[in-house]
Amino acid sequence: MSAWEVVIGLEIHTQLATRSKIFSGASTAYGAEPNTQACLVDLGYPGVLPVLNEEVVRMACKFGLAVDAAIAPRSVFARKNYFYPDLPKGYQISQYELPVVGEGHLMITDIDGNEKRIGITRAHLEEDAGKSIHEGLGEKSGIDLNRAGTPLLEIVSEPDLSSAKEAVTYLRKIHTIVRYLGISDGNMQEGSFRCDANVSVRPKGQQELGTRAELKNLNSFRFIEKAINFEIERQIDLIEDGGEVVQETRLYDSDKDETRSMRSKEEANDYRYFPDPDLLPVEIEEDYIEAVRKTMPELPDAKKERFANQYGIKGDDADILTTSIALADYFEAVAKATVADAKTSANWIIGDLLAALNRDGLDINASQVSAKAMAGLIDRIHDNTVSRSLAKEIFEAMWAGEGTADEIIEAKGLKQITDSSAIDAIVDAVIAANPGQAEEYRAGKDKLLGFFVGQVMKESKGKANPAQVNEAIKRRLAAK
Amino acid sequence: MGCTSSPGSLIDMSGPGHTIHALTLAELASGMTQGEFTSRDIVETLLGRIKDNADLNAFITVTDDEALAAADRADADRANGNAGSLCGLPIVHKDLFCTKGVRTTCGSRILDNFVSPYDATVVERLRQAGAVTLAKTNMDEFAMGSSNETSYFGPVKNPWDLTKSPGGSSGGSAASVAARLIPAATGTDTGGSIRQPAALTGTTGLKPTYGRVSRYGMIAFASSLDQAGVITRSAEDAAMLLNVMAGFDERDSTSVDQPVPDYRATLGESLEGLRVGIVRQHFDEGLEAECSARVKEALSALEDQGAILVEVDLPNLDLSVPTYYVVAPAECSSNMSRFDGVRFGHRAEDPKDLLDLYCRSRAEGFGAEVKRRIMTGTYVLSAGYYDAYYLKAQKVRQLISQDFKSAFEKVDVIAGPTAPTPAFGIGEKTDDPITMYLNDIYTIGANLAGLPGISIPCGFSGELPVGLQLVGPHFAEASVLHCAHQYQQITDWHQRCPKDFE
Repeated sequence: MSAWEVVIGLEIHTQLATRSKIFSGASTAYGAEPNTQACLVDLGYPGVLPVLNEEVVRMACKFGLAVDAAIAPRSVFARKNYFYPDLPKGYQISQYELPVVGEGHLMITDIDGNEKRIGITRAHLEEDAGKSIHEGLGEKSGIDLNRAGTPLLEIVSEPDLSSAKEAVTYLRKIHTIVRYLGISDGNMQEGSFRCDANVSVRPKGQQELGTRAELKNLNSFRFIEKAINFEIERQIDLIEDGGEVVQETRLYDSDKDETRSMRSKEEANDYRYFPDPDLLPVEIEEDYIEAVRKTMPELPDAKKERFANQYGIKGDDADILTTSIALADYFEAVAKATVADAKTSANWIIGDLLAALNRDGLDINASQVSAKAMAGLIDRIHDNTVSRSLAKEIFEAMWAGEGTADEIIEAKGLKQITDSSAIDAIVDAVIAANPGQAEEYRAGKDKLLGFFVGQVMKESKGKANPAQVNEAIKRRLAAK
Repeated sequence: MGCTSSPGSLIDMSGPGHTIHALTLAELASGMTQGEFTSRDIVETLLGRIKDNADLNAFITVTDDEALAAADRADADRANGNAGSLCGLPIVHKDLFCTKGVRTTCGSRILDNFVSPYDATVVERLRQAGAVTLAKTNMDEFAMGSSNETSYFGPVKNPWDLTKSPGGSSGGSAASVAARLIPAATGTDTGGSIRQPAALTGTTGLKPTYGRVSRYGMIAFASSLDQAGVITRSAEDAAMLLNVMAGFDERDSTSVDQPVPDYRATLGESLEGLRVGIVRQHFDEGLEAECSARVKEALSALEDQGAILVEVDLPNLDLSVPTYYVVAPAECSSNMSRFDGVRFGHRAEDPKDLLDLYCRSRAEGFGAEVKRRIMTGTYVLSAGYYDAYYLKAQKVRQLISQDFKSAFEKVDVIAGPTAPTPAFGIGEKTDDPITMYLNDIYTIGANLAGLPGISIPCGFSGELPVGLQLVGPHFAEASVLHCAHQYQQITDWHQRCPKDFE
């Protein structure tokens, strides 16, 4: 491995979250009956014309600003010509020579923990194609044009990524940003966020790039990493065995965890791009860009920096809490509502809350425990009303809709026992019931402390204050 | 003016009813207002003539029942005081305007079975103003041709001489207006497809500014050049129709949001002081002598009316045909891609796989001229050739636009011949595409620059009509129509009717 250097560039297709399509008024909602969300424009009927949905331009601008890119004052839609049954017009309307978003960049943290600048070549607007359906139609194939005309922003990176891990880090960051901006739902299962990877290898130190293969059909972070790693190994093995990498498009098969050739360069289409005469150039003025800038949310990096300064939350915790605006907002709401420190809030959210959300497949917006309720629970730990372990039980009850922390503590009688005489009484009873163990402890077998703590906690139904229990056991066992 | 000693007859206008077919839109409108006849009378008369003259082959589809029903509705509207500006007036549409529920073929086998599910904006606007559609006119396949011979439905005959072509691609529209089968027809003009057939049939053909009339529902040939217009028997009628057709359409991004003047209101103004540009290059070799003479006579007539003739230069005029035959096929090759046998139109029988479905559907569905242009267009857009052809053509197109712009700093309109020759024989040029293409030498410039132009009859070469072309700056339809109308006030060439069609 170490003799080789890996070069990766990504092309990310982000579906923009507009209600209607990029060039028609048809709905973009996912999952409708085939061909029910395609109007005459999407079907490419004779005589129809595309009309640009201006919302996509605003969204592209937002993305451009988020990656410090130049927004083109004038960009042009072009026709990419090729025949395929899911491409009704026989051409895809895209942008070619003059994309709406020019050069930009993104900072990521590489494997060694260093900041690395990843160049963004461009981002351009285009329409999606429909899809072919081969299952359940016997000898025939069907075409569903619901997706035809769905707006996409294709984000092209420079070949600045040098490992599968780094590629995924970059991809995740873009994924986070587009969702922060509210320009895409980023749903990978539904195909709203897809990626092609250009992968090549070269001997370390060589200036010239190796021949690249383009990997398609990468629709989860896990598959992307696996596919790239497979491809890197394939190319290195090939070269080391005296072979040569050919420029081609390869499809990743997640079932077999391998890539295989789809078409070679010789078979590649000549797309005969030319400016689409049906659409005017998109002209964007400085005032417009400034107006869009005013609507920009705080972006993940800025938020992380603020979390470090304001709450002392750093590293992985900060990464997790800033994966979405909603989660970050939830954290801040909890941290502000509780008297406990922010770190406690962060731990509860990253631990129990995210686990519950994952288990039930819910988004933070659908959390069964509100930020206010969460703060209420944390406060009861902070003021020693309940122990940490009982709090977990209370959290589950809250998740199940049984009420606030206070209501549940009251209803279930879970208030922590902090009265030392009451604790002493339980401790004494436990010692009396286990004379053998008491003897051994006194003889020096300190490890038995845990046994007694366990017994006392069990006896108190978990309500005794653990620190006090510890102290009491030591004290009472020493007393005799 | 020599109006009396030339071919073509002036129809005897005495006796109502007998002359409905000879009346212009303006005359028909006033006849209906005065209760001389109804829209039904008009439509019945014209449907009869359309049937009797079927051998001209001017129509692909005649919509008798729909027309009569629409005429009755128009008559009822008029009776109820709801008459729109074109209430009850008859019209036919070139068969590339989509008409809801009616076959729309584009003169092609590949759309032989295509019934449009919607109306083109032009069709919709005319109908909303009360116009009654009688038929869909024959045309060169996908508007690619200058003689109407590339139509899958066969060539149209020129009423002035049945062995001659009426020009193209709006050949059916021009022939039907010339033959008094209809007073007005829509057409489209990509390189001269309204003006050239108007010239060859002695009719008035108006191509507005690119963007003046919506292209929505007009099946595209070359999108940056296509423009809808009309063929009529007078400039006044063209103005009436343009009043309704022009205007912004949010469904066409290239339509321009600019106020629409009343084109009829300024027709009566004098030509005094109007600066008319004469293009030196127009009278170079290639222009038939008689045509040249008629056009020069027409220019003198304009001068007699007070216009000032000014010489102007269009130095790149000779580049317009080659430029056009790069740009138009390039766009065509892409526009024709949707006709693939998958969703509508002709599909080959029993395709063995997808490629076979594409290849045979298109091979069977398209005629030779369309294939020639698809191949040319595909070639000029191909990797390695794009810069040398498509990009260079775009640059030359800019130069040509610039030439016009400079010219219009000195003049209000440019006047000259529409076509280099009068009507040519059917079959005469079909073996030589280049000669055929050169027939559009005077008209193509206006398309490349997006300018409005009109062709009006200005006399005869032998037995065949000659056209005078007037071209104006962007959105100067009013000047062009005004100049044409004033010329038609002192001449009667536009009223000449071919023998046997009186």
